[in-house]
Amino acid sequence: MSTKDFPTSARTVIIGAGIVGNSVAYHLAEQGRTDIVLIDKGPLPDPGGSTGHASNFIFPVEHSKEMTLLTQDSREQFRDMDTFTRSGGIEVARDEERLEELKRRMQSAKAWGEPAEMLTPAEVKELVPYINDDIILGGFHSPDAGVCDPLRAGEVMRARAQDKGALSLAPNTEVTDIIVEGGRVTAVETDRGTIEAEEVIIAAGLWSPKLAKMAGVEIPLTPAVHQMISVGPIDLFEEGEGEINYPIVRDVDTQMYERQSGNDMEVGSYEHRPILWDVEDVPSLDEAPLSPTQPPLTHDAFEPSMQHALEIMPEILDDPSVEIRHEIDGLLSVTPDGMPLIGRLQDVEGLWSCAAIWIKEGPAFGKMLAQLMTQGYCDIDIHASDVNRFYEYGNSRRFVKNRADEGYRKIYGIIHPAEQWMSSRELRTSAFYNRQRDLDAYFFEAAGWERPQWFESNRDLLTKYSAELAHLMRPNEWDSRWWSPIILAEHLHMRDHVAMIGDTGFTIFDVVGPGALDYLERIAVGRMDVDVGRSVYTPILAENAGFVSDLTIVRLAENRFRVITGGGMGGADKSWFRAHLPADGSVVLDDQTSALCTLGLWGPNARDVLASVAEEDVSHDAFPPYTAQDVTIGEVDAWAFRISYVGELGWEIYAPMEQGQRLWDLIAEAGEPHNIRPAGMGVYGTTGRIEKGYRLYGHELELEYDPAEAGLTFHGVKDLDFIGKEAYAEALDGEPIAKMCTLSVDDHMSSTGERRFMLGSEPILTTDGEEIVDDHGRRSYVTTAGTGPSVGKHLLMAYLPTDLAEEGEQFLVEYMGEQYPVSVEVVGSRPLFDPKNERIRS
Amino acid sequence: MDILTCVKRVPNTGEKIVLTDDKQAVDASGLGFTVSPHEECAVEEAIQQVEQHGGTATVLTLGPEDASDELVTAVARGADEPVLLEAPDTSADPMATADAIVDYIESRGDGEVPFDVLLFGNESADAGNYQVGVRVANALGLPCVTGIKDIELEDTTATAKREVSGGWEVFEVPLPAVISVKEGINHPRYASMRGRMQARRTPIETVEVDLAGDERFEMVELEVPETEAAEAEILGDSADAASAVVDILEELEVL
Repeated sequence: MSTKDFPTSARTVIIGAGIVGNSVAYHLAEQGRTDIVLIDKGPLPDPGGSTGHASNFIFPVEHSKEMTLLTQDSREQFRDMDTFTRSGGIEVARDEERLEELKRRMQSAKAWGEPAEMLTPAEVKELVPYINDDIILGGFHSPDAGVCDPLRAGEVMRARAQDKGALSLAPNTEVTDIIVEGGRVTAVETDRGTIEAEEVIIAAGLWSPKLAKMAGVEIPLTPAVHQMISVGPIDLFEEGEGEINYPIVRDVDTQMYERQSGNDMEVGSYEHRPILWDVEDVPSLDEAPLSPTQPPLTHDAFEPSMQHALEIMPEILDDPSVEIRHEIDGLLSVTPDGMPLIGRLQDVEGLWSCAAIWIKEGPAFGKMLAQLMTQGYCDIDIHASDVNRFYEYGNSRRFVKNRADEGYRKIYGIIHPAEQWMSSRELRTSAFYNRQRDLDAYFFEAAGWERPQWFESNRDLLTKYSAELAHLMRPNEWDSRWWSPIILAEHLHMRDHVAMIGDTGFTIFDVVGPGALDYLERIAVGRMDVDVGRSVYTPILAENAGFVSDLTIVRLAENRFRVITGGGMGGADKSWFRAHLPADGSVVLDDQTSALCTLGLWGPNARDVLASVAEEDVSHDAFPPYTAQDVTIGEVDAWAFRISYVGELGWEIYAPMEQGQRLWDLIAEAGEPHNIRPAGMGVYGTTGRIEKGYRLYGHELELEYDPAEAGLTFHGVKDLDFIGKEAYAEALDGEPIAKMCTLSVDDHMSSTGERRFMLGSEPILTTDGEEIVDDHGRRSYVTTAGTGPSVGKHLLMAYLPTDLAEEGEQFLVEYMGEQYPVSVEVVGSRPLFDPKNERIRS
Repeated sequence: MDILTCVKRVPNTGEKIVLTDDKQAVDASGLGFTVSPHEECAVEEAIQQVEQHGGTATVLTLGPEDASDELVTAVARGADEPVLLEAPDTSADPMATADAIVDYIESRGDGEVPFDVLLFGNESADAGNYQVGVRVANALGLPCVTGIKDIELEDTTATAKREVSGGWEVFEVPLPAVISVKEGINHPRYASMRGRMQARRTPIETVEVDLAGDERFEMVELEVPETEAAEAEILGDSADAASAVVDILEELEVL
């Protein structure tokens, strides 16, 4: 394309022609976009980004369902483009802890539907004859792992989009600015001219933050080094044909991999100290000797890896004629939590992010983004990759750097599902924080907020409740890591007396304006035209009736509603609400998240506590359940909402942040005669919730399930139109394909005589050990696991196909290589504890 | 056969060269360092000659502590003894560099030249002064041949060949001698992993060099010459491009 042919306008501009940008282009064309321009500052087919130096292998099994499903989808796409070679892959264990971790891998393989097997060292040796089987204890074999060719796949995807007449290419074109007018993107300026555009996708890998900045927004990632060398020639490999004839080996204990590539072996490492780059220091294409993302190897950092590679494959690697032919510090993108950054950049209409993606998920994320852009939802729930999850707290350079630094070792590490981040802590502390720290709170972090998980000051309760809790204690270290039995004791205390729980870290925003009611009717499943002071708990659906969120909305006044949603999903929820705001300006969102603190006061004695300090009448008649009103507590002007996520009588009390500490002190003092205790989020988020069967977005509620399946049909179908209505009505009309159930563990005893407690994401199997798949291809797995102290059981929530969802039905759950019997306690949303909700209504 | 090979640490660069703000050096931050291809071949030649005749392959560079990376690379490939003439930077002028090398050789040999052959690359990749080898030879009173692409060593003589248009110039020089070689004399090997690891543990003989006060040669500033932008011409797509590619290869006389 010469300058005179350079396009001056396009519906869609995609910045970045790596695997991701190409995939977005192709899938947008598939979804019906006809006027797309794909820009890259580099040449095609390899413009010089991370795609050009990746090791290109696809290991499908991860503990994250989202990532596994996306990898599987990508593998299908690579296969369809004839750019996938199946080689199999093996993760080997050098120590016992890793061997346990590999059993957990097996568990995830079964949960997400990927063939896998455990191998003895001798079996590993059979598949990988050059491995040193003396230093391994076993392996996890993923037979459908393999390698792909992302540069060729990019060519195929571009050609397909071009064949449709939908795509123009602008390689060797550098973006110099992204123009935003009136809050929406209008054009992309380049060194070859300006392209007017309605929508712009930043798919520029490690350069994405730089481009986002041009539009005045942030994409939180940092370039980081992944060291890789290529050694050869290896005689054994000369004998075979094609690129790869032996399984890829991940020597995960040393954070390394060894992967055949022709007659070379690629040896890659995440073992070295994190080496983070500033995007501004990445050389330009012209300046770079190899490519901008392939700076020279930092030798001293790689030395331990060299040693480890020689240890595990001495026969072929420890040979003077096998030479290091290529060696780089490959640059890739690392985010604060290791997950990608996908979706709408909510501060600029028409601007999207698709960044920080491994090769193995590239095609799928491109497809998901294209679906999001064209239909508002995608086939696979990608909430954990939503770019908005760091919105308004986690975009600073320092935060990104700290977390990337800390997260680097987690790439091949053994990561407990509840493991907490340690860097950039105490970033968001509520008004209660100092008091909680004085009470020896053990803090977890959610969306930057410090939230007590339990209080060491409650340890005495373990003695009091020792009889009730004896069979619920967790003797195994893994089961009890990031956990304390104090949570269970706090729970029982709350059920017997009263507890104060805060801050809950909610995201709170008020919906204000003359159009507020109509707007919320359009967004929510529930009827919103309720009396002032009343609340509605409602699903928020996509057009396919899958869950975008579930949240509570309280009517504060005729034209003012308060939306209260989980802290972790706040950024994504706000993004959804903002994207659907009416264009006429009749509704605005007024964020209260940092202005209000929230203190939960729950338990049979809650009313006595509140009554003793509130100026207002808080009796049942004056303050009925599910309503909210202003109250004055001591000197504090607060707003109280009679609701409970733990199934107790009580209130969420919202106060101005600066009066929060006084509120805490007042309630603590007033509660003393009523035996009040602080309780942590362990009670709020798990034990109290699971006994009540309350669903949680991102666990039970996902885009792939509808309200009929989740058992949240109580709203029926309102007359007014709302997003997802058609599919929702259809779902309510027929028999659900699957049903959300609560199960309990019948026998905890492992073969070694230790009581084990599942933590979540385990596969549910038939009593014959068969995996369970519903008619939509969805698998049964544990969406939440948690102990119900008041029911005396360890509970698991899971979707089961409707024909298997019978109360009393027996199943198995696989956990760390063993299978345990479980039974269905409840089908649907009926609470296991206090099924008639008498406590809440008391 | 004891061979000394002298190499210079130079910035690794791409098509476009960026200078530091003071225009005194090439900005290599993030690009790394290397030695010139001629010097890579000189090191390889030394290793091969020692493999053939026995002896020691010593490799020397002048520069800051970081320049030892280039020595480690040479040792990883098979050189035996690394020597660092430690100076604040690598930009010493050819006279000062040659003097420092001569001083080292004389001090090591107690006045004699303790090597049979002194190998240099024909010119450095950055400054390209073509001088250091010649100056060292002159100072030590040794014979010197330059631009060499083939070396055969015997007990007391070296036969060195220089490629000229249509043939070879063949020189026979008594040892010890200075020989500067050109890329193409051999195919330099890469290091093995084991070689690389051992090289990092090989002690480096470090000699501090005082270049202060040497003002015979002054760097004013560097300037990047104007270059014509490379024009890429697309010859066609896939198989359609084949005949055009053949034409070009014929034109270049590579077929």
